[in-house]
Amino acid sequence: MARMTMIEAIRDAHAVAMERDDRVVVFGEDVGYFGGVFRCTQGLQERFGSHRCFDTPISEAGIIGAAIGMAAYGLRPCVEIQFADYVYPAYDQIVSEAARLRHRSAGDFTAPIVVRMPSGGGIFGGQTHSQSPEALFTHVAGLTTVVVSNPVDAKGLLLAAIECDDPVMFFEPKRVYNGPFDGHHDRPVVPWSQHPLGEVPEGHYTIPLGTARVHRPGDELTVLAWGTLVHVAQAAAEETGIDAEVIDLRTLVPLDVDCITASVARTGRCLVVHEATRTSGFGAELSATVQERVFHHLEAPVTRVCGFDTPYPHAHEWSYFPGPRRVGRAMQELMRA
Amino acid sequence: MVRPPLRLRIPEPARGHLPPDPVPFISAAGEMRRPDLDEKVERVALMRKQLVRVLDPEGQAVGEWVPTELTTDDKVRGLRDMMLLRSFDARLLRAHRQGKISFYMQALGEEAIACAHQRALQPGDMNFPTYRQQGLLVAGGYPIVTMMNQVLSNDHDPLKGRQLPVMYSSKEHGFFTISGNLATQYIQAVGWAMASALRGDTKIASAWIGEGASAESDFHAALVFASTYQAPVILNVVNNQWAISTPEDFARGASATFADRGYGFSIPAIRVDGNDYLAVFAATSWAAERARTNRGPTLVEWVTLRRGAHSTSDDPSVYRPDDEVARFPLGDPIDRLRRHLEVVGAWDEQRHAETQAAVDAEIAAAFDEADANGSVRDGHTADPRTMFDDVYAELPRHLREQRDQVGR
Repeated sequence: MARMTMIEAIRDAHAVAMERDDRVVVFGEDVGYFGGVFRCTQGLQERFGSHRCFDTPISEAGIIGAAIGMAAYGLRPCVEIQFADYVYPAYDQIVSEAARLRHRSAGDFTAPIVVRMPSGGGIFGGQTHSQSPEALFTHVAGLTTVVVSNPVDAKGLLLAAIECDDPVMFFEPKRVYNGPFDGHHDRPVVPWSQHPLGEVPEGHYTIPLGTARVHRPGDELTVLAWGTLVHVAQAAAEETGIDAEVIDLRTLVPLDVDCITASVARTGRCLVVHEATRTSGFGAELSATVQERVFHHLEAPVTRVCGFDTPYPHAHEWSYFPGPRRVGRAMQELMRA
Repeated sequence: MVRPPLRLRIPEPARGHLPPDPVPFISAAGEMRRPDLDEKVERVALMRKQLVRVLDPEGQAVGEWVPTELTTDDKVRGLRDMMLLRSFDARLLRAHRQGKISFYMQALGEEAIACAHQRALQPGDMNFPTYRQQGLLVAGGYPIVTMMNQVLSNDHDPLKGRQLPVMYSSKEHGFFTISGNLATQYIQAVGWAMASALRGDTKIASAWIGEGASAESDFHAALVFASTYQAPVILNVVNNQWAISTPEDFARGASATFADRGYGFSIPAIRVDGNDYLAVFAATSWAAERARTNRGPTLVEWVTLRRGAHSTSDDPSVYRPDDEVARFPLGDPIDRLRRHLEVVGAWDEQRHAETQAAVDAEIAAAFDEADANGSVRDGHTADPRTMFDDVYAELPRHLREQRDQVGR
């Protein structure tokens, strides 16, 4: 075991994957010589050479399009989009190409690529460095969508994503790169070195895609969360004194339905929280899934706490962010229902 | 000072007022030099308002671009490839009129480009085609019956009825799965070529795009990546004059030619008579050899004419000049190669008629065989439950549950 930040865990996952499989190549804007603006690929070019890890021109469609071609050749590209907010120029390549290559060619060509994207807010990034666009990818047949919340998961899930034979959208909420940010922006952040999920196994291990994790066991209500909001939900539970079970979904598609339904059937109450905008967010899918499958166990309507349906505001970030106060209040209302 | 109001130039289809010069910058056959493989890009750029041509009006092959490595047998085979492709297209257009297939796109008039290109590549090279390069498969020996099964979407369709007719895929034959979303394949081809070079392989990629789709941003991303990494790729732009109803100058803008696009990226670019089988073979060989010897990408504008409709869903009589085909100065690719073979004494009226009968019989027999497998019209398709296969490598739970709802 080694103490790592999420950045170090991601860097380590790259190195382990590149060491084990010489088909793994890593590239993106500022990813090679500099090691990435968040330093997630630092040292890889020096260690593995510029044919394994390199910089690209500023062209997201180019990065993903080239990755698809490389994957069709037989490589395993793991690419970085500098901010998830910048992925849209590549959306056609992801949706129309990577996601459908296997299906439209009946397995003749495949696109085993990983698209890593720092996502989410809480860093005063304004509307172009704060978005959580994961729901846009969950709507696309053929994609696997992962959002990580801590170093242990980040390493194990990234290795699983690189080894996956299909394209994986891999979101890294940047606010938890250095510690389990719980939404209290006015308090010092706890570093991962003081958190059990900062204790990362050395060498190779994977966490299966499509498996959720019970982050905080509890009996009174179930909170479905991913990314930064896992830690916010935990803080809200502790601050309200409500014995909430916080489930970190980790993979949105394919979804670990059994983990969700088992928990909600036991607690009878379900709160869905996400940082992304509310309307047509993944919370809507979860809300429908829960009522379709465990309706008769519900003591209260499934409730959502989300980002507002506005662009992510720069100056009003903490009014926008679904922090522990808003999440805690929703928990209290659910308990009264 | 009063300035005149701002105005835009909005190009229009030529119907009703024909341009005086349907194709600008036509060089005489044999006029252009064949540059060395490592000729400076600035010097190659001087050729961008010229046209590489080998066959002269009499059918003689002339000049530095004559592909001397092509034997007479190779040329006869090339002629037969094009005749087979034209017969194939004609039979499937008829199948559409007969109501047997839902959609079709022919390559009428453009046969030389794909057929000669394929013959100039090596096994293992990968084409990233558009929907009008079926000649790559025909000339590459892909089974005609299998292509027809795909077009009929029957239960012998290797793509299991998942794609529109003509959207073939064959890794084995170096033919990347076709997308209906235009231009996406162009940057993918560059990525494939980069992968080949990253692995120290010897294979090259060939990227295809129509002149209209070159307006898409993926085209420009491809040129940047190809230039930056000096990827071993041929960047083909098939200028068949029409993007459905809009003439080629919509995508070209105020540039003179599509070959102009190369210079800004420092990519050597040549403009080639796409209806001249020998010129297509020679130019492809030159570009392929540049790629294979680490001299980087080459852009080739193939000048041709889409003689038919864009697809069976299109009516070109609304927007095209009536006499466009007659006025097109580059002629017909089959007629021109045939004339050459006649001039060199390898072909005559009788051999041509025999070959035409033979390819028509081959196509008729192939269609009868494919037609006997049924079609989407009569329900002889793959099991609908197979639509859930290959969405992912392994069937996830939610798709398993949805599959159980099929036909309920």
